[in-house]
Amino acid sequence: MIRIEGLHKSYPIGKDSLHVLKGLDLHIKEGEFVSIMGSSGSGKSTLLNIVGLLDEHDVGNYYLNGQLIEKLNEKKAAVLRNKFLGFVFQSFNLISYKTAVENVALPLYYKGVGRKERLKTALEYLEKVELGPWAEHLPNELSGGQKQRVAIARALVTVPKVILADEPTGALDSTTTDSVMDLLKGINDEGMTVFVITHEEEVAEQTDRIVRLKDGVIISDELTESGKAKAKQYV
Amino acid sequence: MFKFIFDSDTWQEIYGGIRKNKTRTIITIIGVLWGIFLLVVLLGAARGMENNFKKAFGDFATNSLVVWTNRTDKPFKGFQKGRRIQLKTRDVEVLKEEFKGRLKYIVPRCQTSSLIINGFKSGDFQVSGDYPVLDKVQKKNLIYGRFLNKNDINNKAKVVVIEEEIYKQLFEKNEYPINQYLIINNVNYKLVGVYKSGAIDFDGDTAYIPFTTFQQVYNRGNSIDWMMITADEGVDIEQFELDIQLTLKNLHKVDPEDNKAFGGINLAVQIGKFTGFLTGMQFLTWFVGIATLIAGVFAIGNILLITVKERTKEIGIRRALGATPREIRQQVILESVFLTTIAGMLGIVFGGLVLYIIDSAFGSGPDPTLLNPTVNIPIVLIAFTILIVLGTSIGLIPAYMATMIKPIEALREE
Repeated sequence: MIRIEGLHKSYPIGKDSLHVLKGLDLHIKEGEFVSIMGSSGSGKSTLLNIVGLLDEHDVGNYYLNGQLIEKLNEKKAAVLRNKFLGFVFQSFNLISYKTAVENVALPLYYKGVGRKERLKTALEYLEKVELGPWAEHLPNELSGGQKQRVAIARALVTVPKVILADEPTGALDSTTTDSVMDLLKGINDEGMTVFVITHEEEVAEQTDRIVRLKDGVIISDELTESGKAKAKQYV
Repeated sequence: MFKFIFDSDTWQEIYGGIRKNKTRTIITIIGVLWGIFLLVVLLGAARGMENNFKKAFGDFATNSLVVWTNRTDKPFKGFQKGRRIQLKTRDVEVLKEEFKGRLKYIVPRCQTSSLIINGFKSGDFQVSGDYPVLDKVQKKNLIYGRFLNKNDINNKAKVVVIEEEIYKQLFEKNEYPINQYLIINNVNYKLVGVYKSGAIDFDGDTAYIPFTTFQQVYNRGNSIDWMMITADEGVDIEQFELDIQLTLKNLHKVDPEDNKAFGGINLAVQIGKFTGFLTGMQFLTWFVGIATLIAGVFAIGNILLITVKERTKEIGIRRALGATPREIRQQVILESVFLTTIAGMLGIVFGGLVLYIIDSAFGSGPDPTLLNPTVNIPIVLIAFTILIVLGTSIGLIPAYMATMIKPIEALREE
């Protein structure tokens, strides 16, 4: 699903440049539940931005769903994001003046789905994250965990290939963290590829595979207990 | 693009954006509203003045001039300076002959003041000896009866046409005056007409009797007090005046360089000055109106620019969710156009209302300040189109800024 070969990325800082990613190789298959671990400055957010087509890489190859990503213009990137990717952010990034169901329906608007069908589908996904009764509430009337569940429903609504979650539990307490992780696990169990970025060990352990990043290079890439169990199941 | 404009979802998005920012929306709208409001009201007021002016001069043949005489200022051909010049009926005949083709009407005039008596009522009024052609140069709006005619002149008839004010003073209210007799200077005259003088009138409240009658009754021989001359259409009126004066100077043996002997008013020149003033005012109106409009539109651009900055994050989210730069741009432009359009319509409506109020307050009565202050629909439409074009163009700047926002920068955590 996601294949990265020899990926480099650096940012210019004044006359110098900051080399953030120093030759990453990573292959994530369809249906995997992967977490990227690393302290701040390790390059994990940069990696997510590149995977999420929000940023461009300098050197290397990136294949998304078998398609080589290069020289994307903004329009193509927008279409691909809409088609293949669902985003979940640390700070939820809901649009404050739209109700929960309107927020979930927004990606469908850009996909060109009609209003009625859009709201119907959005409501289905809200019910899936158990927020049906809150459909008409504005984001500021929801708790942090509820907001993140709305965001997850929004990420899912276009039926993307990959869910990209950037510190999805960063702003949540431990109880809601668990419920959000359970939700992501459930999505993964239905066959969706889920790609989580986190610096919390407990969160990473709930995924199937942990990739550790340090100073722009992968220092380890191993399966967790649940990952091993799944692997055995399929072998 | 058209699908985009007529898509209800598009408007849903714009409504959402506007509803979120009520205060800035209202302030923005007021800016543009004020601009177009001013334009409409100013244009209407200018139009009202113009209408008023046109009505005042409406009864006049505007390419007319008036000629009278003074004393000479220069000795000429043996005559001392300071000689009194007297116009004669012969002058009229000569001018008629000499200026054939350029001269349309010529009205020789004699005037005096007399006591006019009707039974027990009487008053001092101006009495004027005139030809029927006066009615062509300076239209007499008759309330009763008729104006002087050819037969009156030929028969030296003792008939009189009086102004409404004289009628009011000499007759009972609603009394039918025609065929009644008035005594002017001890002579009986049959009343044949009552007229109402316009806002601008050389004669004021005058009783008109036939020119020939006047000459006889007042012993004027063939002397004339002054005359009114109307030029034909398309004649250079200033040159015409000079030529007429030159001819008269020649007839009366006055030095051609003598500028005092003959006096005159060139109505066309006076009106031209005023028309120029009106045109200038109209230009000023447009200038002020459009400038205010532009200021209002810039306010919209400015506020949208701020909004785009405020909504950087939202735009980033939309981009991450799959909005193309084009879709973002269209939304911002449409928001600008929508705001200017609403503001423009409100401004036109309010402007129209104010004009209506002005019309009710100052537009009626016997002597209105502004007559029928209106704005042409085409002019309003032009202003409206300008507004929409400006709204679109100014929307391009914030729209461009919006597409410059990279989603990654917009979404960067604080």
